[in-house]
Amino acid sequence: MSYAPGDRVRARAGDPAHHTRVPRYVRGHAGEVVALLGNWALPDASVVGVSQPETCYAVRFAAADLFGSGDHTVTVDLWESYLERA
Amino acid sequence: MSEHDHPHDDGGHHDLPTAARVRRLEERLIAAGLTSDQEIDAYLATLYASASPVNGARMAARAWTDPAYRELLLSDGNAAAAESGFGQLSYQLRVVENTRVAHNVIVCTLCSCYPVSLLGPSPGWYKSFAYRSRTVREPRSVLAEFGVTLPADTRISVWDSTSEARYMVLPVRPAGTEGMSAADLAGLVTLNGLIGTALV
Repeated sequence: MSYAPGDRVRARAGDPAHHTRVPRYVRGHAGEVVALLGNWALPDASVVGVSQPETCYAVRFAAADLFGSGDHTVTVDLWESYLERA
Repeated sequence: MSEHDHPHDDGGHHDLPTAARVRRLEERLIAAGLTSDQEIDAYLATLYASASPVNGARMAARAWTDPAYRELLLSDGNAAAAESGFGQLSYQLRVVENTRVAHNVIVCTLCSCYPVSLLGPSPGWYKSFAYRSRTVREPRSVLAEFGVTLPADTRISVWDSTSEARYMVLPVRPAGTEGMSAADLAGLVTLNGLIGTALV
């Protein structure tokens, strides 16, 4: 599964037992892909010595969705494994 | 040291000075044969000999005076850095542009990532738990504490540097600077301006 700018995606909700770079505050929330950044090693795999390159996306979230208030947006860089289609 | 000395300790390490924690980590890595003091010193010397917010300021000022360079900076930050003589960056540089109606601010909620070679060593506050946790949630209040009061209708975009990309803000060129050279304009650009916690 790969995504394109404009696609709605949801950050995985789970709390993995291993290292990850999904900030807790976006877990389970939906946002919009705004850019494809690059094909980079997934940190969750790198930390156990496995190189697993995959696409990383800039995903924009509305603060009101994340926190229940705020009129700003927060853009977070998330690897493909962190996302599912929303 | 008893527990009662540190009633607010939440994990057993926050009360150790950062430098001591770093040194312990270095010693473990050296003991494991993964690096040496000489290697660490050489790396830091190279990094900090050239890393400075003057670099980012020069790029911003050039973008204000050279439309083609501005386009390059916003579409391919690495190419713009190379064009300005800063060589091949070790990260993907993404530059986000402020306008009269849109303001950008950079944070790294996971640690303290930012483009060190173009901004220099990061300020202490950039690494603080308060800045990292509050900026994503209430950027308008955080910016006000930095003295940046934005009109209510200014759109604020926060960029959380969670990947291999590093973000830099292109501030709005100040009014009344028409006719100034790029070199003089670069002198107006601050580190905070390039992070988004100042207007310029």
